[in-house]
Amino acid sequence: MIPTNAPALIPLLYLFTGLLIPLAALRLRRLAYWLALAAAAVASAAALSNIFRVLEAGTLRYRFGGWPPPVGIEYVLDPLSAFLSAVINAVALVVLVHARRTVEADLPERKHVPYFALVMLMMSGFNGIVMTGDFFNLYVFLEICSLALYGLVAVGDRKSPVAAFRYLVLGMIGGCFYLLGVGFLYMSSGSLNMADMKAILAVVGARPEVIVALCFMILGFGIKMALFPLHGWLPDAYTYAPTATSSLIAPIGTKIGAYGLIRVLFFVFGLRFVTHTVPVAQVIAWLGAAGILYGSVMAMAQDELKRMLAFSSVAQVGYIGLGIGLANPLGLLGAVLHVLNHGLMKACLFLVAGNFRLQLGHSRIPALDAGTRRRMPWTSAAFTLAALSMIGLPPTVGFFSKWYLALGTIRNRSWVFLAVILVSSLLNAVYFFRVIERLYLRPAAGNDEGRDAADSVVRGEAAPSLLLPTLVLAASLIIIGLLNAVIVKGLLVRFLPPGLEITLP
Amino acid sequence: MSAPQAVPSLLPLLAVLVSLAAVPLILLSSRRPVLREAWTLAAAAAKFGLVLALLPGALAGRTAAVDLFDVVPGVRLALRADPLGVLFALVASGLWVLTSLYSIGYTRGLKEHKQTRYFAFFAVCLSATVGIAFAANLVTFILFYEILTIATYPLVIHKETAEAVSAGRKYLAFTLSAGVLLIAAAAWSFLLVGDLDFKPGGIFSGLTLAGKTAVPLFLLFLGGVGVKSAIMPLHSWLPTAMVAPTPVSALLHAVAVVKAGVFGLVRVAAFVFGPDLLCRYGLDTILIVLAVTTILAGSLLALRQDNLKRRLAYSTVSHLSYIVLGTALVSGPALVGALLHLAFHATMKITLFFCAGAIYVNLHRENVSELNGTGKVMPWTMAAFALGSLGLCGVPPLNGFLSKWFLGSAAVGTGRPLLAGVLILSGLLNAAYLLPIVQRSFFRRGSGLEGRGEASAWLVAPLVLTAVLSLVLGLFPGTLFRLAGQVAAGLFGS
Amino acid sequence: MREFLVGHYFYWFIFLLMAIGLAGIVLKKNLIKKVIGMSIFQVAIILFFVASSSKWDATVPILDPALGAADTSRYINPLPHCLMLTAIVVGVATSGVAFALIITIWRRYRTLDENELLEKLTHDPD
Repeated sequence: MIPTNAPALIPLLYLFTGLLIPLAALRLRRLAYWLALAAAAVASAAALSNIFRVLEAGTLRYRFGGWPPPVGIEYVLDPLSAFLSAVINAVALVVLVHARRTVEADLPERKHVPYFALVMLMMSGFNGIVMTGDFFNLYVFLEICSLALYGLVAVGDRKSPVAAFRYLVLGMIGGCFYLLGVGFLYMSSGSLNMADMKAILAVVGARPEVIVALCFMILGFGIKMALFPLHGWLPDAYTYAPTATSSLIAPIGTKIGAYGLIRVLFFVFGLRFVTHTVPVAQVIAWLGAAGILYGSVMAMAQDELKRMLAFSSVAQVGYIGLGIGLANPLGLLGAVLHVLNHGLMKACLFLVAGNFRLQLGHSRIPALDAGTRRRMPWTSAAFTLAALSMIGLPPTVGFFSKWYLALGTIRNRSWVFLAVILVSSLLNAVYFFRVIERLYLRPAAGNDEGRDAADSVVRGEAAPSLLLPTLVLAASLIIIGLLNAVIVKGLLVRFLPPGLEITLP
Repeated sequence: MSAPQAVPSLLPLLAVLVSLAAVPLILLSSRRPVLREAWTLAAAAAKFGLVLALLPGALAGRTAAVDLFDVVPGVRLALRADPLGVLFALVASGLWVLTSLYSIGYTRGLKEHKQTRYFAFFAVCLSATVGIAFAANLVTFILFYEILTIATYPLVIHKETAEAVSAGRKYLAFTLSAGVLLIAAAAWSFLLVGDLDFKPGGIFSGLTLAGKTAVPLFLLFLGGVGVKSAIMPLHSWLPTAMVAPTPVSALLHAVAVVKAGVFGLVRVAAFVFGPDLLCRYGLDTILIVLAVTTILAGSLLALRQDNLKRRLAYSTVSHLSYIVLGTALVSGPALVGALLHLAFHATMKITLFFCAGAIYVNLHRENVSELNGTGKVMPWTMAAFALGSLGLCGVPPLNGFLSKWFLGSAAVGTGRPLLAGVLILSGLLNAAYLLPIVQRSFFRRGSGLEGRGEASAWLVAPLVLTAVLSLVLGLFPGTLFRLAGQVAAGLFGS
Repeated sequence: MREFLVGHYFYWFIFLLMAIGLAGIVLKKNLIKKVIGMSIFQVAIILFFVASSSKWDATVPILDPALGAADTSRYINPLPHCLMLTAIVVGVATSGVAFALIITIWRRYRTLDENELLEKLTHDPD
């Protein structure tokens, strides 16, 4: 039973846990966190085993209620879905380990239980989006995770309700655009199943309603993905949300939009349609490039660490958009690998910001100094490693994303895009080194300046449950970096859609 | 000419990793300076020993090879101890032993802060340098090249003054930009050829590469390696980086960073592009023009510097382009000269830097104008300085003469006697900015030197050793000469 | 041309509604009016689906013994209706969350005007 049900299990597990948590917590409030953590652990294990299952057995399909598509809803587990669900769940697990203390510190007690229940709903939404093979079902899960996210963002700082409201409005518009796109597609084809749609579109061709559907869907996913210039909700939402929320949505949330974009562009409409018939891929690539530059430049001007990381995320989403828009195998591999890489890097960075907030009370950059580093040496070291990865230093993961993307741009002879990618590394260096310099070089206000005797320092390093996830993620930046060839050749190459296959040496 | 056979062996990997292994030990010994220094020296000695162990194989044409996993699809993380790599690694690891001894004296003498960070990052730099030396393909090369960039940053900003931090920023700006160009060049090459292993004669030897691909590609590579090679106008980070402690400057200028740059250039010119391709599209001419400009301009700028270390910095800029020139002449003897100069300049320059540091620690003087009479007070130091200076001018029997001779005769041999003239002119300029220092120190009366003596033995012993080494290598260039010969033979036939 | 304008009159109406909704979201400064605009926009999309399911001379999709099940063109398409039930629920939930946020914003900032809010936010120490 389990193997055939594999695609559906994870979203359902989270849904179930999300419902279980408020009930269980009536008995014992602390259960809420542990149930959430347990669900994430089981889901990660399941997702990882799914990868192996897919590698062995190929694409798995599950039909809800036994109804065959296109009548019924179908869940599809192909290499891309398996990869994404593994990334989402594993990163969420690590972040949830970190979340226990930050949620206790950030939120009043009565909100803890609903918070974790919402997290479960959000994870259910993410996993559902990744697994589903039905357009409308994707909309449903998209809205599930979005609604949960609005709530999760809103419980943060004083300014978070406003940020959440803005996110709500923009997110709702995005969802509605996507729904409109689905409506147009349904009108032209009569089917809601993605695989079915692909076959039908081949026959239907490039009718106006199909083209409009494509455009609306791209707009919808673009808003969710925060592709420039549809990113307006992101900076405030990431900045004012509580630490656990930012750490959950920054690595994962925008990637769902990217996933949707990849599915729709390459698996439903097909390569020829999006590059020749309606050259949206080009547009997405240019928007991605613009986002890279915009995000990097804006990040340089920020004084608050989380806000800087938020703009940095806009830039990183730009990389993914650029990789998708290049519409060639290497670019797409780079984009998908960057989903993993950026997930790890950003999660680590946001966890560091969380550690700073917890220990120092703030994460304002001008207030960081060598005293911070002396009090929190491991956190600072993790930050430095993640920063070096964002800059693209080998052998960390950031370098490899850029390698594939650079190969993709050169293959397309897009020298401008290549230059954008390279320049962005330098821009990243500027705003990350601002922080690193402060951490390591700015004399601490107060005593023991310039002494490296550890005993005269009051240790204020974050607690183990906070530090361990941070360090695990930091270590993974190098380990996954060195393993990138295994991941790409072993798994990612298999997901490439028809028209974009490649054999790697 | 038989192709060198690759012999699987872990030695190159061990040589790279031994100093990395020392890093946690150094970090843990932060409370015990003696232990910390002991780990550094042990790692240095072990590294040099391992590289020496690779020497016989390289000379005999048996390259020790390590093939790890795929670092990107199609390119393995691989190390090869070929003659060129062993030559560079010998220079780097051998001089590190001496620099470590010197560092101990220097940091003790100045009671430097943050010594743990200093020694730890020094070890990482040397790991990266040996990694660069033994890198078997472009991606492995880039990996270690970038690690070197980042690992030297904490050393450049060591003093943590505003000047140091700003120098560090400039250094990073230049080197990271170069790194990015190098990545682009490697990616492009990978798409053209599909295989990035260094091959004598060039990766592209199978293809006919059009000019409009080869020239921009070469320029990208040149930008990538040119910053660390201090080719003008990409050199200005180097004098600014003199704000670092002297052993770091000695490391930057004699051993690791700049020699990694020119080493990279030799790899690019000979093992990526190959002699044919270089000549076909006039790429060698580009290199020659840049090299000549840098040689002369560097020397002229050196004349104007009063700060001793800055003068030596510009001198380095100038001498690095000797190596560039040798590479650009695309002939066996020229390459031998270039590689010999890579090693010989290292010993001579490191001597001069060691002397500068000893003077600073001992007398707290940094400027040439303050060096009157120092010879009386620090005779060993200034004698070594004199030897190093004579070597840089190309005076026999010091090693500098040998490398210059090869370069000069190669210039004549390839039909460019003017370049030999440039070398002679440069020698005269060297004399103009170095010998007056010797003259001041020995033949003028100094002030404020009463009661001062020679610097500590930790400082003087290494610099005397390197000066003597320069002399010995000039008389018995044996091994290095044979290594360089092997490299040239591999490229141009005997 | 006439067919294009008059035959599709309902769709023109729907797009008008969408435009009104979007204009409300973007142009109105009061947060509640934004939510109203949002609702209008959502309703327009719901109407779009419903309209796409209608057919001439067709009846509600409940089995009519007189018509039988053989000729499905006598029944309007039920699928978009079902989909829109879900979408309506989504809309309700979203509006609910939006109002909850508005209440919180009101409690903290005592204004629901976007401009005033921005003013207060820039002066609000975080």
